[in-house]
Amino acid sequence: MTVLIWITEGTWQATVDAARAHAPANADLVLLHVAGADVSDAVRGSFAGLLGRDRRGRDPVSQVEAISEAAAAALLEDAAARLGRPAARLRRRGRVEREVVLAADGAELLICARDGDRAHLGPRSLGPTTRFVVDHAPCPVLLVWPEQPPGAESLPPPPPMGRHGPPDGPPPRPPA
Amino acid sequence: MLAFAVVRPRDWPESVAAVPAAGLLVAVGAVSPDQAWAQTKTLLPVVGFLAAVLTLSQLCADDGLFTAAGDVVARACRGQPVRLLGGVFAVAALTTAVLSLDATVVLLTPVVFATAARVGLRARPHVYATAHLANSASLLLPVSNLTNLLAFAACGLSFGRFAELMAPGWLLVIGIEYVVFRRFFRSDLLISATAPPPAQRAPVPVFTLVVLALTLAGFAVTSLAGVNPAWAALAGVVVLGVRALARREATPGSLAGAASPLFCLFVLALGIVVKGVVSNGLGTGADRVLPHGSSLPALLAVAAVAAVLACLINNLPAILALLPIVAAGGPGPVLAALIGVNLGPNLTYAGSLATLLWRRILRAHDTDADLGDFTRLGLLTVPAALIVATVALWAMLQATGG
Repeated sequence: MTVLIWITEGTWQATVDAARAHAPANADLVLLHVAGADVSDAVRGSFAGLLGRDRRGRDPVSQVEAISEAAAAALLEDAAARLGRPAARLRRRGRVEREVVLAADGAELLICARDGDRAHLGPRSLGPTTRFVVDHAPCPVLLVWPEQPPGAESLPPPPPMGRHGPPDGPPPRPPA
Repeated sequence: MLAFAVVRPRDWPESVAAVPAAGLLVAVGAVSPDQAWAQTKTLLPVVGFLAAVLTLSQLCADDGLFTAAGDVVARACRGQPVRLLGGVFAVAALTTAVLSLDATVVLLTPVVFATAARVGLRARPHVYATAHLANSASLLLPVSNLTNLLAFAACGLSFGRFAELMAPGWLLVIGIEYVVFRRFFRSDLLISATAPPPAQRAPVPVFTLVVLALTLAGFAVTSLAGVNPAWAALAGVVVLGVRALARREATPGSLAGAASPLFCLFVLALGIVVKGVVSNGLGTGADRVLPHGSSLPALLAVAAVAAVLACLINNLPAILALLPIVAAGGPGPVLAALIGVNLGPNLTYAGSLATLLWRRILRAHDTDADLGDFTRLGLLTVPAALIVATVALWAMLQATGG
C-alpha cells in the first residue's frame, strides 16, 4: 500500500510522526510538498506592474522560484531524516489543495495535519486548503494535530433540546 | 490616440517601443518639437533623480542591507508568523518609502521569501504583503515612487512639506493593510515554526546604513536650501559607488546598469506620448470630468478618478496625464491624484488592466493563475485606503494651512 505524507511548513513534524506510528511496516511511503504557484504569481504581477523597467538580470520571480525550490527540497530532506524509513519524495507546484488531491489518487492513505484555528474546535480548526483536501481526498485520510490533541474534557456541553429533538436524531422508539 | 498610448508602451520591450512612438507623434505633428523638448526638459531632472535612487538601492542590496534586514526580522519573530508579518510590514514600508517601490519589488521580495523559508513559516502572507506595500507604502516621500517624483516636481512643495502632508495618510494606509492581512491570512498566520532559530548571523552593513540615513537627511536639507534633492541622492550614490568600486564589488558598467538607462529613456519617451494624448483631446475631456478645488469631496473625486485611470492604463501614464490638469489647483489636488495612482494598482494583479490584457495576449500559454485572492485583497484594502488617505491629506491641509 502507498501512504502519502503531506509535508507543509509548521506542521510537517506531526504528519511524519503519524506515519512513523501508524503506517504499516511494508507500506510505500511518499513525502509530498506542494509549493503554491500563487505566491510567485503575486511577485510576477507586481514586477509586471513596474512599467518599462529594464528586465535584464532583475527578475525577482525566478529568484523567488529558485528559493522556493530549494526550501521545499530542504523541508523534504528534514522530513525524510525524521521519518527514518525509506520514502519517495514528491515535489509539486500549483494550486496546493488540488495538487494534493491529485497526488493522493491511488494512495491507500493520506496523512495531513490541522492548520486552522485550533483554539476554537469546529470547522475552522482546518484552514481552507486542508478543508478542501479533507473534503475531496480520493482515499482515507488520517487527520492529526500539530500539537498534543485536546482531551475529551474539551467537549462543549451539549446544546439544549430544540424543537427538532436532540441533536443526535429522534429519540429511540419504545419497543413495540 | 488614447488606444495608441495605452497599448504601445506595453509592447515588448517597452523601453524600446516607446521611443519610436514618441518620434512618430512628433513626426505627424501631434506634438510640436518645441513641446516635446519642453516636456523632456521638465522630466530630465526627475529622471536623473530616479536613476540616482535606483542606483542607491542596488548599492544597498549589493552591500547586504536587505539580507541583514531579513536576518533581523527572522531573529526577532522567534518562529511566530504574526511577529514575522509585523517585521515584514516594517521593513517593506521603510524600504518602499526610502528606496522606492522598485527596491521593494525587485530586491526585497526574494529576501522576504527566503526569510520566511528560513524560519520555517509559510511565505504566502509575507510575500503578498510585500507586493501590496510596494504600492500602498509609497505615499510618504517624493523618492518612494516615480509617480511621486513627477508630482513633487509639479507641485512645488519642499521635500519635508511633502512628507509632512503625506505622513498621516501613509501610516493609516499601512494600518489598514495590516488589519486586513491579519484577518485575510488568519489560518496561515496560526501555524508557528518549530525549527530552531537560524544559527549564522548576517553582518549589518553599518557604513551603508549611515550613508543612507545621511542621504535621507540630505533630501530634507537640500530641499530647504532650495537645491534639488536629487543632488543628495547623487552624493549618496557617489559615496557608496566609489567605495564599491574601490572594493571591486562593482564595475562602472554595473553601476550604469543599476541606473537603468533604458528605463530613463522610456520615461522621457512616455512623457512625450502622454503629452500628445493629453493635448489632443484627453486633457479637455479629463478637465471636464475632474472637479476643481481642494474641498474634501473634490479631493476624493480626484483620488478616485486617478485610481481608476491607474487601474486601466498603469500609474505612470496616469499621473503624467493628470498632472497638467490638477497642477493648477495647487498641492491638494496633485497629492490626491498621487494617492489615487499609487493605491489604485493594488486593485488589479499586474498593476493595471492594460498590462494584464497585454500579458494575456502575448503569452496565452502562460498561466497567470490565481487572481482571486489578489483581487479580493485589493477590494478589501484599496477603497478604504483611498478614502482614509485622502481624508488624512485634507485634514493635514486644513490643520497646517494648505
